[in-house]
Amino acid sequence: MMLVPYSHFIIVAFILFAIGLVGIFTRRNTILVLLSIELLFNSVNLLFVTFSRMTGNLDGQVAALFSMAIAAAEVAVGLAIAILLFRAQKTIDVSKFNSLKE
Amino acid sequence: MLETVAFYIFAGILLIAALLAVTLRHPVYSVLCFLASMFSLAVLFWLLKAYFVSVVHITVYAGAILVLFLFVLMLLGYDKEPPALWTNPIRFGFAIGFSALSLAGLFWVYKIAIVGAASPEPLSQAGSIEAVGRLLFSQYLLPFELLSLVLLVAIIGSVVLAKKDL
Repeated sequence: MMLVPYSHFIIVAFILFAIGLVGIFTRRNTILVLLSIELLFNSVNLLFVTFSRMTGNLDGQVAALFSMAIAAAEVAVGLAIAILLFRAQKTIDVSKFNSLKE
Repeated sequence: MLETVAFYIFAGILLIAALLAVTLRHPVYSVLCFLASMFSLAVLFWLLKAYFVSVVHITVYAGAILVLFLFVLMLLGYDKEPPALWTNPIRFGFAIGFSALSLAGLFWVYKIAIVGAASPEPLSQAGSIEAVGRLLFSQYLLPFELLSLVLLVAIIGSVVLAKKDL
């Protein structure tokens, strides 16, 4: 017997997604933009697990585990690119990145 | 009863910490707020009886991803934090508007697709490590093994990118 309705979990996930989007659009620090993308990943993970519980099978939890592994891979490559950009442009401000050349 | 109270407390912490993470000026505070939100999210997973996912979530996010974020933040130096876009009202209005629009779209999908969908059945099994592991090593064996290849590619890619002279 579940006391909290599933819809509340879904609403929390939706609000988390919107917060992540605000972060992506308003932050100018590259690293914090990547952090906001992690918030989107987490919102989707929460939805996966909620639906897994709602429908009564575990496939959603496996999908959430896969999504976590992809998030870890994504953040490693993303931060490596952030280091490269900082080395080339001497800044981590996303609005200053306008050239692929050094 | 306890479960309900725990849900509302930790959902509140999750959303407030996430909001602080995207609004605080100091990047290190942002990352630490993100850490707080990850722990509350792990509690929500636990309340959904996804025990294995909850533990893996803490290990991966607090143990690996957050450390990586803090490390890179300190490596690049955060004293020259560029000003956030709060100062530009057009960009800020666009960000809030777009997020509100996507939130409305999500609720619309929720209303037409999820509420109308079938009645929730009781979960026959909790997401214990045994149940999830059984699924992971039978039905999802190939994607699970391919995931190690993805992680290997990410390791090699980030080393090649970040190393100065290979």
